[in-house]
Amino acid sequence: MTYQPQKDFGTPESRSNEAVSLTIDGRNVTVPAGTSVMRAAAEQGTSIPKLCATDSVKSYGSCRLCLVEIDGRKGTPASCTTPVEPGMVVHTQTPHLAKLRKGVMELYISDHPLDCLTCAANGDCELQDQAGAVGLRDVRYDVQATHLGQEKDHSNPYFDFDPSKCIACSRCIRACDEVQGTLALTMEGRGWDSKISAGFASDNFMGSECVSCGACVQACPTATLVEKKVVEVGTPERSVVTTCAYCGVGCTFRAEMRGEQLVRMVPYKDGKANRGHSCVKGRFAWGYAQHQERILKPMIRASISDPWREVEWDEAFAYTASELKRISKKYGRNALGGITSSRCTNEETFLVQKLVRAGFGNNNVDTCARVCHSPTGYGLKTTFGTSAGTQDFDSVEDSDVILIIGANPTDGHPVFASRMKRRLRGQDGRPGAKLIVIDPRRTDIVRSPHIEAQHHLPLRPGTNVAVLSAMAHVIVTEGLTDEAFIRERCDWDEYSHWAEFVSQTRNSPENLQPVTLVDAEELRAAARLYATGGNGAIYYGLGVTEHSQGSSTVMAIANLAMATGNIGRRGVGVNPLRGQNNVQGACDMGSFPHELAGYRHISDGDARRLFEDDWGVTLDPEPGLRIPSMLDAAVDGVFKALYCQGEDILQSDPNTAHVSAGLAAMECVIVHDLFLNETANYAHIFLPGSTFLEKNGTFTNAERRIQPVRKVMTPLNGLEDWEVTQRLAQAMGLDWNYSHPSEIMDEIARLTPTFAGVSFARLDEAGSLQWPVTADAPEGSPIMHVDGFVRGKGKFVVTDYVPTDEKTGPRFPLLLTTGRILSQYNVGAQTRRTENVAWHPEDLLEIHPVDAEDRGLKSGDWVKLASRAGETTLRATVTDRVAPGVVYTTFHHAVTQANVVTTDFSDWATNCPEYKVTAVQISASNGPTEWQEEYEALSTRSRRVEAGIPAE
Amino acid sequence: MNTVERLILMANQIATNLATDNAPVAAVADHIQQFWDPRMKRLIFAHGTDGLSPVAAAAIGRLADAQNGA
Ligand code: SF4
Ligand code: SF4
Ligand code: SF4
Ligand code: FES
Repeated sequence: MTYQPQKDFGTPESRSNEAVSLTIDGRNVTVPAGTSVMRAAAEQGTSIPKLCATDSVKSYGSCRLCLVEIDGRKGTPASCTTPVEPGMVVHTQTPHLAKLRKGVMELYISDHPLDCLTCAANGDCELQDQAGAVGLRDVRYDVQATHLGQEKDHSNPYFDFDPSKCIACSRCIRACDEVQGTLALTMEGRGWDSKISAGFASDNFMGSECVSCGACVQACPTATLVEKKVVEVGTPERSVVTTCAYCGVGCTFRAEMRGEQLVRMVPYKDGKANRGHSCVKGRFAWGYAQHQERILKPMIRASISDPWREVEWDEAFAYTASELKRISKKYGRNALGGITSSRCTNEETFLVQKLVRAGFGNNNVDTCARVCHSPTGYGLKTTFGTSAGTQDFDSVEDSDVILIIGANPTDGHPVFASRMKRRLRGQDGRPGAKLIVIDPRRTDIVRSPHIEAQHHLPLRPGTNVAVLSAMAHVIVTEGLTDEAFIRERCDWDEYSHWAEFVSQTRNSPENLQPVTLVDAEELRAAARLYATGGNGAIYYGLGVTEHSQGSSTVMAIANLAMATGNIGRRGVGVNPLRGQNNVQGACDMGSFPHELAGYRHISDGDARRLFEDDWGVTLDPEPGLRIPSMLDAAVDGVFKALYCQGEDILQSDPNTAHVSAGLAAMECVIVHDLFLNETANYAHIFLPGSTFLEKNGTFTNAERRIQPVRKVMTPLNGLEDWEVTQRLAQAMGLDWNYSHPSEIMDEIARLTPTFAGVSFARLDEAGSLQWPVTADAPEGSPIMHVDGFVRGKGKFVVTDYVPTDEKTGPRFPLLLTTGRILSQYNVGAQTRRTENVAWHPEDLLEIHPVDAEDRGLKSGDWVKLASRAGETTLRATVTDRVAPGVVYTTFHHAVTQANVVTTDFSDWATNCPEYKVTAVQISASNGPTEWQEEYEALSTRSRRVEAGIPAE
Repeated sequence: MNTVERLILMANQIATNLATDNAPVAAVADHIQQFWDPRMKRLIFAHGTDGLSPVAAAAIGRLADAQNGA
């Protein structure tokens, strides 16, 4: 397989249903109306020379290289800007055209450095290709020096900008505007003086609005914008299509390789989640895979005060199995448990829960989704009948009103945010969708270039349910419900009960304003807009789930969507934006202690029997322990061993002191990960993991899309993660013999009705599939609940606002809420080990000017952040993005340990921690707290590896 | 907070949130039955009704009876 860039059709695809037939170079071709002559030719296999056109952006018609002749038309129109017409007869190669094109190329080349042989893009440069295509052999003009020899901009850690090589085609500008929606680039000057610049002329890329998504680099036809890695390693020689391992958008990439070395990750145009776009994490931040701190050999130790001892895999498995058996014998089988990871593949997750249920003999398996989207599982299952978002990402193109609650898509789900922003800006004369944002912070999407939310409701953290009740109150009392939909699709009695409840005066916006701090008129207007503005789509994130009423909020959202008939077609729906790449998959695979794969309760005898027959074991019909209950049980001395795959519960879970006490009380903590993470400070066995580049499997993104992850290089640690779990199971005496993850998927399909039609072969064929994939829907299901709800009738659930137990008071007068930012990912284990630290070297505390002034603080000061649970220090940044009384920080860095201050209050239904509300106090500080210092010392001590054995 | 205290808090929180259900006691009992592991149930049964809201207490009483009767 030699290297081929993805085919470029020159201009975007037309969505028209009308077909047009024409003749190009004597051959007939039929394309949708609105297609350009250039694209029609490309679809037929004829490539017309071009420079300023590329199929990710609208054509611009500036280079004049793509000229064609059309019978009956004067002159030589540009094929990229000329739409096809019925019966058109086009000629792409004539002596006249050849002469014109040569002339154009000559001009370009005369102003371009002729250092092709040493240029990083040699062999992958469109200017070079086109010079060849038009047959340019010599240049008659003197080589001009108008814009050669300019200074390069190396400021971005991942790509270089060399203005001397720029041909002023503006593809980069259009990519930044249309694809990414950041509008960071501008063109200065005219003609040969034109110069691309990031923001103002004085800005370099790092100093500009640029978010390093890479869209401009991808669009650039020359080496002007080029990946540093290509400069360093050379151009790729082969490529493999795979899926990003960072977030729930699930972008498809081409991993472009040189031998076993990854040169670059290029977003794949046929990827149905990302449609050729990417963000800085997936595109560039994969250097952690080779980071020197990655652990490649298994290690064991008797006590966490001992240094680690490196061992061979065989010894590691034998020792681990003997420890697990010893503990099971001594304390009983319920003393064991496991945690699956939303970062690992479906196949790996499935095996971990199978190891716990079939091997450990209990249901003590949980997943890190516990701390993010477990309320989605509970809430959507209760109301709609299944735990998943209702739409595909494409659906947003048909939305008229977009309601975002508790989500920050431009930071958390950047590629989907770009799609959403494109819809919000409007396109080709179609007005943009209207936007409602419910969030305590003024997130970026509230106001960004060409976008302004119609309503931003800056609620007090912890009052989501009250705001949604008030919206429901307006919709019901003002008669804005869709009664026909409700009568046909939902249980009418339950609806009436709910409608009667929300109509009570106590739920009016005016009454709730003192609680929510949201202006009642503004709220009324927002509710009216959502109910009557056409297709209304709700997108939500962790700002909904990570509350003591997380599950109630999810149900309140579902109620609103049902009451307004916004379910079951394109453009509408209820869409959880998932955090980690495989949160959806981890939940689907039966990672929760009460549920088997496919969301069937463990007490369901028929479902259990299916698994029992397949696995040849008896399953416990009682639910097992959740992560917080595992820790409680550990502190009580009855839970002793934990297998933790790809998770860092010490850093990601709330109330760090409680987590560390639980871990310290266990006799055997097994951490299976890439790095010695924070949890590993308390581990007795470390099993090195493999990266997504080193294994086969599947991830399932936020739109239920099951996508292949493909191995592009040999695991540095020797084994793929599923092999590690299998070897451990074998060492414990289980008869597992999978030879490839596809066999695990076959088992999942056999045991899970919604996956019945899924196999690796089908995925290779289709690219990706959205579950349910069944006999009725063999191609998968982009939209759910089309003809009726999965559970039968949609269920309205009364959700009464209950204030959280976490209250502000004189000692802790401020509310802390937490979140994430674009360049870093979750606990940061990966992104902190890449150049992405350039954007976020530390966690900062956002504080409103009034609160800062009261405490005599200014941006850059060290502050102590204290709650009832603990305290930490970090630096402050003063901003009016947050409301008075609210402070905000991220939790990407271990030294900050924001979770030292978060409490263990949690969602009433699922125990999802209440990360989004903690009462805190802030004061000036001059350095790390005692906890931070002690923890630092513990980490250093705990990460020692025994000397004497060579590290490599 | 020790484990039993936490269980009391959880049971009360469930009861508060299900208070608007048509049959709150049954709803709370069902929720606990479905989501709590056997040890958590054992601990709260053994603890009795101290500190529990009336609905939570009734629900737990109902579950304990069902368990003993079985
Ligand atoms: S990297 Fe992305 S955000 Fe930055 S200038 Fe290029 S397209 Fe715009
Ligand atoms: S930087 Fe590249 S894409 Fe942008 S105008 Fe110059 S050549 Fe074209
Ligand atoms: S949006 Fe998410 S899936 Fe896509 S590249 Fe970025 S991190 Fe990866
Ligand atoms: S490609 Fe058509 S004018 Fe440049």
